[in-house]
Amino acid sequence: MMKYAFWPGCVSKGAAPELYMATNRVAREMGIELVELDQATCTGAGVLQEQNPEMGDALNARTFAMAQQLGLPLMNICSTCQGIESMVQDKLTKNPEYCAKINAILADEGLHYTPGLEIKNFLWILVEDFGLDRLKKLVTRPLRGLRIGPFYGCYILRPSAILGKDEHPDRDKYLEMVIETVGASVVDFEGSKKCCGFPLLTINRENSLKQAGNHIHEAQDLGADALVSPCPLCHLNLDAQQPAAKQVTQYDIDLPIIHLPQMIGLALGVEPTEMRMDHHVVSTRKLLAKLAAPATA
Amino acid sequence: MKVKLKVQRSGPESEGVRYSNYEIEAADSITLLDALIEVREYVDGTLGLRCSCRSAICGSCSMRVDGQARLACRAKVLALTNEDETHEIVVEPMGNMPVIKDLIIDQELFWQKVRQVDPYLQPVGDEPAAEYRVPNETMIDLTHTMNCIMCGACVSDCTVLEVDKNFIAPAALAKAYRFAGDPRDGHQHERLEKLSEYSGIWDCTRCNMCVEVCPKGVAPMNRILQLREMAIEAGITNNAGARHTDIFTKSISDGGRLNEVWMLPGSVGIFNVPRLMKEMPGALKMMRAGKLPIAQTIPPGFPGSHKMRGMDRVRNVVRKSASLKAPRAEVTES
Repeated sequence: MMKYAFWPGCVSKGAAPELYMATNRVAREMGIELVELDQATCTGAGVLQEQNPEMGDALNARTFAMAQQLGLPLMNICSTCQGIESMVQDKLTKNPEYCAKINAILADEGLHYTPGLEIKNFLWILVEDFGLDRLKKLVTRPLRGLRIGPFYGCYILRPSAILGKDEHPDRDKYLEMVIETVGASVVDFEGSKKCCGFPLLTINRENSLKQAGNHIHEAQDLGADALVSPCPLCHLNLDAQQPAAKQVTQYDIDLPIIHLPQMIGLALGVEPTEMRMDHHVVSTRKLLAKLAAPATA
Repeated sequence: MKVKLKVQRSGPESEGVRYSNYEIEAADSITLLDALIEVREYVDGTLGLRCSCRSAICGSCSMRVDGQARLACRAKVLALTNEDETHEIVVEPMGNMPVIKDLIIDQELFWQKVRQVDPYLQPVGDEPAAEYRVPNETMIDLTHTMNCIMCGACVSDCTVLEVDKNFIAPAALAKAYRFAGDPRDGHQHERLEKLSEYSGIWDCTRCNMCVEVCPKGVAPMNRILQLREMAIEAGITNNAGARHTDIFTKSISDGGRLNEVWMLPGSVGIFNVPRLMKEMPGALKMMRAGKLPIAQTIPPGFPGSHKMRGMDRVRNVVRKSASLKAPRAEVTES
């Protein structure tokens, strides 16, 4: 059985409880055991790091050490968490002296981080550890007829140098591969790998919402039924802020945004309500209706 | 090998944008720039492109290759095409700047932004008798930005510039760090104050695109983050960006996880009623969808605020991590 130390992130424990529910439900369906790190802290999302990078490094090292204490690889469900965790990991690997200083602090609670922990977003786990062939065999409700746009979130893609591009050169194609595996078709759009605008929301609202609105509009224009994302921060800007983005950009947008585990869950036959798909700001009803209707093509 | 190119064409003599397809035979070792020059010299003399040094020093030949800005002289064709040589390499002019012809863009916007940050050293006081002495680590740190060859790749692919042409953008901000971060400069505070204004350092969305496309390892976004840290240290905190880092840090130190409810009022200011009102419809929609975390309604630091289990251990790490901070370098006279 596959087993991971699970860092759920702040958003799945706050404004996106549907992501937390969907992840646990889908993991059970796939036979993946998750041991939740309920005392790990926020990664800092790059924001804490602007004021206090050392505090960010120490807190992330603490999370890594907790996973190592369990003897398990670390799983996250957030592109931003992945990026920050990979960045801190890279920094600690390159600076053994600095890492030793952090370990001296962690020793107070009996923790120690040894560089080399495997840290993976659920998307990477799906493709690299679980395997798409195996996933395909579990699909009981292929998403045939649905056109889905992949939306990665910056930090799971860039900077690619610290995100395992050498060992796994296709990581920037995984979402497309997963979409096809569950039977849907991919909507290829330019915004797919760009920024959702979320980090700017409280600083420059207009720019933030223009970014979100442009991407949604582009995908919708190309015939997308939904966007799927492995990042709950993108989800917040694309789903929860979609009505505001509509107002700012004046684009006539109405596009459901789903979390990656929700898309997998749908294909594995999990009931949408078990993944709180009825609790999105942009209704997923249209999408679910299309899925329930007999395929026309 | 067979090289297939699909090149975007446009210019003063033609309306709109079209693509030209070229196919040439070439040695495995050639760069994309070699291929384009070959096309211009022997296939289609009307193809417009800029180039000079051919060795990634002059920064003239940046363009979008398969959707991403890069130097054509640094792109090996072999690495761009696929094994059966069927992949068509898509070559387009850089983004965010107006096209003059084909792959040649107008750089005025780029230079205008660089000039905006006063890109020269401004020491104050009397000149030292011998020379300024700057610590080695500081100069090594600054060499990141000195490596910039002004190719414009970061400006081309900047995702904020796409929606806001006023943003100073990565290249100029990296250049600003080169001087604000130099201990010999005497106008650090004024520089940081100016950079903290609208369209400056806090308007970067931290998407890492500039880090990814920069061919010289300047990593402009990381320089922007250094400027943000310096601005906060210098006490220039009366802006949404600095307040955002503050409420973020407070939230993690207080409760371990983020208090999402207080992020917005904490950043824009709790008395900024017009701005907060803009968020009311959104907040109500989130509440209706059951997405407003009720447990987080008490602000971080106040009695009863939401906390993770085991916060005493988190606080210990927070407190002790302050000792990890390295002091900032100072200039000395010899």
